[in-house]
Amino acid sequence: MASPNPTLDTSPKVSDEVRKTTCYMCACRCGINVHMKDGTDGKKRVAYIEGNRDHPVNKGVLCAKGSAGIMQVNAPSKLKAPLLRTGPRGSGQFKEISWDEALEIATSWLGPLRDNAPEKLAFFTGRDQSQSFTSFWAQNFGTPNYAAHGGFCSVNMATAGIYTMGGAFWEFGQPDWDRTKVFVIFGVAEDHDSNPIKMGIGKLKGNGGKVIGVNPIRSGYNAVADEWVGITPGTDGLLILSMIHLLMKAGKIDLNYLSRYTNAPCLVNETPGSPEKGLLLRDGTGKPLVVDRKTGVLEPFDKAGVNPDLAGSVDMDGATHRTVFQHMAEHFLSEDYAPEKVAEKCGIKAERIWALAAEVARVAFDEAFELDQSWTDFRGEHHEKMLGRPVSFHAMRGISAHSNGFQTCRALHVLQILLGTVEVPGGYRFKPPYPKPVEAHPTPHCKSQPKHPLDGPHLGFVRGPQDLALKEDGTPARIDKAFTWENPLSAHGLMHMVISNAHAGDPYKIDTLFLYMANMSWNSSMNTSSVMEMLTDKDENGDYVIPKIIYSDAYSSEMVAFADLILPDTTYLERHDCISLLDRPICEADAAADAIRWPVIEPDRDVRGFQSVLVDLGVRLGLPGFVNNKGEAIYADYADYIVNHQRRPGIGPLAGFRGDGSKSGRGEVNPDQLNRYIENGGFFVEHVPEEAAFYKPWNTAYQDWAVGLGFYDKPQPYLFQLYVEPLRRMQLAAEGHCDRQPPDHLRQRIIDCMDPLPIWYPALEDREIDEEAYPVHALTQRPMAMYHSWGSQNAWLRQIHGINPLYVPTKIWEEKGFKDGDWAKVTSVHGEIRVPVAHMAGLNENTVWTWNAIGKRRGAWALEIGAPEATKGFLLNHLINELLPPKGDGLRWSNSDPITGQAAWFDLRVRIEKSRPRKHSKPTTSSQVSPVGEGPSTVQQKVEA
Amino acid sequence: MTELPETTQRKLGLVIDLDTCVGCHACVVACKGWNTENYGVPLSDVDAYGADPVGSFLNRVHSYEIAPTGGGCSQTVHFPKSCLHCDTAPCVTVCPTGASYKRSEDGIVLVDESACIGCGLCAWACPYGARELDQVAGVMKKCTLCVDRIYNENLEEVDRVPACVRTCPAGARHFGDLGDPDSDVSKLVAERGGFDLMPEQGTAPTNKYLPPRPKDRLTAQAADSSSLTPIAEEPKGFLGWLDMALEAL
Amino acid sequence: MHPAPSVIIFTVLSGLGLGMLAFLGIGVLDVQGVAAFMPFAIAFTFTITGLIASTFHLDNPQRAWRAFSQWKTSWLSREAWLSAATLSVMGIFAINNIFRGITISVLGWLGAGLAMATVVSTAMIYTQLKTVPRWNHWITPIHMLTLSLAGGAILMQHTSAALVLLTCAGLAQLAHWRIGDRQFAARGHSMETATGLGDRGSVRMFEPPHTGSNYLLKEMVYVVGRRHALKLRCIAFVTIVLLPFLIVVALPGGTLTTCFAITIFGLGTFTSRWLFFAEAEHVVALYYGKRDG
Repeated sequence: MASPNPTLDTSPKVSDEVRKTTCYMCACRCGINVHMKDGTDGKKRVAYIEGNRDHPVNKGVLCAKGSAGIMQVNAPSKLKAPLLRTGPRGSGQFKEISWDEALEIATSWLGPLRDNAPEKLAFFTGRDQSQSFTSFWAQNFGTPNYAAHGGFCSVNMATAGIYTMGGAFWEFGQPDWDRTKVFVIFGVAEDHDSNPIKMGIGKLKGNGGKVIGVNPIRSGYNAVADEWVGITPGTDGLLILSMIHLLMKAGKIDLNYLSRYTNAPCLVNETPGSPEKGLLLRDGTGKPLVVDRKTGVLEPFDKAGVNPDLAGSVDMDGATHRTVFQHMAEHFLSEDYAPEKVAEKCGIKAERIWALAAEVARVAFDEAFELDQSWTDFRGEHHEKMLGRPVSFHAMRGISAHSNGFQTCRALHVLQILLGTVEVPGGYRFKPPYPKPVEAHPTPHCKSQPKHPLDGPHLGFVRGPQDLALKEDGTPARIDKAFTWENPLSAHGLMHMVISNAHAGDPYKIDTLFLYMANMSWNSSMNTSSVMEMLTDKDENGDYVIPKIIYSDAYSSEMVAFADLILPDTTYLERHDCISLLDRPICEADAAADAIRWPVIEPDRDVRGFQSVLVDLGVRLGLPGFVNNKGEAIYADYADYIVNHQRRPGIGPLAGFRGDGSKSGRGEVNPDQLNRYIENGGFFVEHVPEEAAFYKPWNTAYQDWAVGLGFYDKPQPYLFQLYVEPLRRMQLAAEGHCDRQPPDHLRQRIIDCMDPLPIWYPALEDREIDEEAYPVHALTQRPMAMYHSWGSQNAWLRQIHGINPLYVPTKIWEEKGFKDGDWAKVTSVHGEIRVPVAHMAGLNENTVWTWNAIGKRRGAWALEIGAPEATKGFLLNHLINELLPPKGDGLRWSNSDPITGQAAWFDLRVRIEKSRPRKHSKPTTSSQVSPVGEGPSTVQQKVEA
Repeated sequence: MTELPETTQRKLGLVIDLDTCVGCHACVVACKGWNTENYGVPLSDVDAYGADPVGSFLNRVHSYEIAPTGGGCSQTVHFPKSCLHCDTAPCVTVCPTGASYKRSEDGIVLVDESACIGCGLCAWACPYGARELDQVAGVMKKCTLCVDRIYNENLEEVDRVPACVRTCPAGARHFGDLGDPDSDVSKLVAERGGFDLMPEQGTAPTNKYLPPRPKDRLTAQAADSSSLTPIAEEPKGFLGWLDMALEAL
Repeated sequence: MHPAPSVIIFTVLSGLGLGMLAFLGIGVLDVQGVAAFMPFAIAFTFTITGLIASTFHLDNPQRAWRAFSQWKTSWLSREAWLSAATLSVMGIFAINNIFRGITISVLGWLGAGLAMATVVSTAMIYTQLKTVPRWNHWITPIHMLTLSLAGGAILMQHTSAALVLLTCAGLAQLAHWRIGDRQFAARGHSMETATGLGDRGSVRMFEPPHTGSNYLLKEMVYVVGRRHALKLRCIAFVTIVLLPFLIVVALPGGTLTTCFAITIFGLGTFTSRWLFFAEAEHVVALYYGKRDG
């Protein structure tokens, strides 16, 4: 017999206190329990971070990044005090200054701009989670030049979704994880909405469901996919259209759903040459009309008892109108979309496409089921049951970040709608405050005048040419050329064009570039090397071409070195934030929810939360909304704003605990609101009533509930837009039918790309370059354990991903005779890099890829100069340009989706050759001085009591 | 004491579902976070911000690719690995000081750090790479199955599971008594054909792995399906079908 | 396995010392008094230096005393007891020999037995490891024992024993290499058994768990080039067997010759022992895809 085990305390004290707040290690916004222990000095320290079981987003789980938050808070790269540049831009040489000095300098730069030419300030925020606040500030400043990072992230996904069905993926919705049996996931980079998707996949698999992954790369979710479709990048739209073709041809579409809930029965004017051609027939109040199948009479779509006819047609005033559905039949039944025709382009065998379509059809129709839940639709019809179709889809940047991404995203939404799987049990469900039709969103505003606020919100959804952000002379009103003929539906702006346009003075020059949390001189820009040159370029007088740059970041990132004035931000555990329903909330399909961050620890250095700094600047500049008519500050800081600001009477940044604490959504200001959130675990949840849980756009119970919570002020049921009229209006203008006319060089492109039904066209870059010279697609993915640049400063995470090889598929690996440890020269039409390679078999045979944002500039992030991130790590960004190759017309053609301006990162094509092994990847950039020194050599994380 | 118990009252361990693990490393970092703060010395990171960072981790996720025997596209498998708490743990018997031991009550293999001389022999004896000598403290670190969580009365009952299990977003990690055939984990192993790693080593691991389900079989299935038979060859015929179908609604 | 200097020095030097002690114990050198001092001093110096070197392999040597506790299961613990017993018994034997001029042969034979048992127990630390198939074979203790005795014989200037034992050590060395080269495959370890995924198809490493290094890789995944290893094997064999054999046969006996021979033999043993570790593949390398099919 063994002797007894050593004695062991199996019930040690876990912590002295648990403080519940919201994670910020990515944009998932999970709830976290921050375990605090008293340190030797008696101060509370963060000892351990875990997921909050009660939280609607993550229900207790937490990813690698979230669990490593403690190393983010302890990161040596944290900025310590405001900095003023002393050396040349890019050098990293700064002196520390006081906050008073810093804010005075900022005010002295910004004040004259507001008084004379507000558009000379370009204010762009990156991974900002307070856009409703930062945009409020920018609007009151009066510059038209504001946006966040959506334009280079996933604006195609968001915009296509909102124009088509009033919501998209991620924060807009989620599959009905409890009931879905087939989940098809396109081009997801494993980061957005990551914990909920992982949880969902686990649940789905536990229920015996199946995952189908469409992605050139078999990693992450595609690794656990039961079926992997290793598609060629940029051809997802073609695959989806082919699936639609097969489904329509086989009649495997939900006619009942289409006739009731979509604009398929709406009537399209077919008069050739008419300025109305392609527009929908409407009544005098602007309501689309449909033919009632029972009576054959034209009726408003929403009239009680109407039964819209998908096969209807009507002649009026000499104009023939046929239904959208009939146009769709002609469009999608074209043999151009037959699997055999698209197979080669997509890199997928025709029988596989056929099988995919057959599988979704089988599950959607043969495994349809009913929930015993009655509901009433917007036409007043009562339904005893809710019909469910257990097929759901999800997609993200993989299909979005192409120049054909908008139409591809549209195609995917149309596919879901044809199957009748959106907002039904087992299908895809919106999260409040979505669904929300385009009509519920603002249009963009761009009219600026000195000393005045902008005429309305910057960003919005254009309905037609009248909403474009153009000046009187037709030139772009915005520095990023958002909402212009180049990209009319650019609902998130074009952050990737700001530096390039400002440097070129196209459409005009600016004075001050003000950035927040956007690593624009590194991984957040296309064409990194050139962007660094633009930021440091001087004019003939020796002045910087972009005269002033203010930057706020919590860490010593690459962008810090390129700014003139640094306003150091706090870490996520040292600040107030609100994850607001006015912005990008954290709701679930079954509940509205919002959340806060609050300072669970106090900063140990001279830094301030950026939003509080904006409040201060707003007061110093005397901005409306920040000072009252006596010039006194309205809000002391951001926390004060969160509690006391009201967008509309009774509607504030936070929906929970309003009034006396018992009111949700609408209610008076509650001075104790933040404490109530803290007591509740940092969040607020209001559940959707059961009869309102599905069919939300058409369900009166949901509409009433949404009005009650203040998402909108009266019920606004709407139809899914299979046919998108605003696109047609742009085409009509290009055909010569509008007062506002596009420039001639863009007419044909608008006509070709802005089809009101989803289409597919090859990537714009492919038309400009020799595909044979650059035969390989090159992609990046963000690893699940890293977020942008932040992981590099995290002692735990950087051990997981400290080097990023270029993954090469078997065919190329063997063709080029690569071996482990080899390096390659990778060339695009814009430049070349030399990087380490590795073999991957589960990869589209014409695609290479690497992990995103692992490569670092030497001296950044408080890393040692020899850190692998700075020696072997690399960015693919060097190969990608924000502009298309010059066409010889002297114009600067943006490398973006021609509809939304989404940065077309994934259109990149390269050539790959073996090169000799190197010590450093190429290009090597000069190093920057670290304003915070280097991190300690050894870390032993433990709070010693 | 490095004599192995003849039997243990329970066999606590993990069941890891390779069909569901997406390779997110959440378990790796949650483990690091809990265990650096709790049992024994902290899990150090040497050269933490430098050129060759080396840290102690008790759980790591490998990634493999399988070329299927019958042909077909490559499959990717994410593969978390930590101590398997073997029945015949070779790491325990080689220990010269008695620092390594297997608990008779639940089968957990632990290191009593106060008795560890840092000779490294137990790590050599482990086929799975489950033990790492902390480079600063010089004592052997390994998965404790969160012995300071699973019985911890300061935690809510629902939280008395290892940190890796609690945090796993995909639910790919299961914790329980593999010695009890009626436990959820034992049933899962029976149902899904759970297997041992490197059985030829004779270590009798407690932890089990659930194999990935068969993949990429849709083409074959669809060939038998008639769900996509065209309703008409001509677009005109389609409209005829539409009329009939709408009447039937 | 990482060829750690401390372990190589320990096994080589203590092996030589213990081999010599064994010869002294069985009374090969029939001297007493001052004349006995030098041989004992040499043997003890080798042995003790080796044992001290071994403690450099410990990260917490202040607790080394605990290593005596687990003799029932642990070869390392047994080695601790046996080496202590050898030193004690041979110490008493030596003191009697040197200072009292008395040879207590029972004690000597006991000490010799303990010395050899110590060498075997050291060898068993490696032999017992199923995780290192190259070591996990009965040839390992024979290999170490013959080297220890051959070294002892050279140090004792016992020509005939040296020649016989050098031949044995050479043969054992060749056998150890030949058997060792086949062990890994013979055991059937592969990435497929390691991952349990063999019934799905063939398995390859896609990504290591961390791009950063770790203790396991540094300690147990040491890769030595095949051509480099072959060169070192040739050097080892020549310096362990051929050169010492020639020196002992061809050169006149004497201290100088012995020094020369043992230096060459020692270099050979160091080379052999370096290869013993460097060529030893731990099965954990399979999880890191660091071993060819």
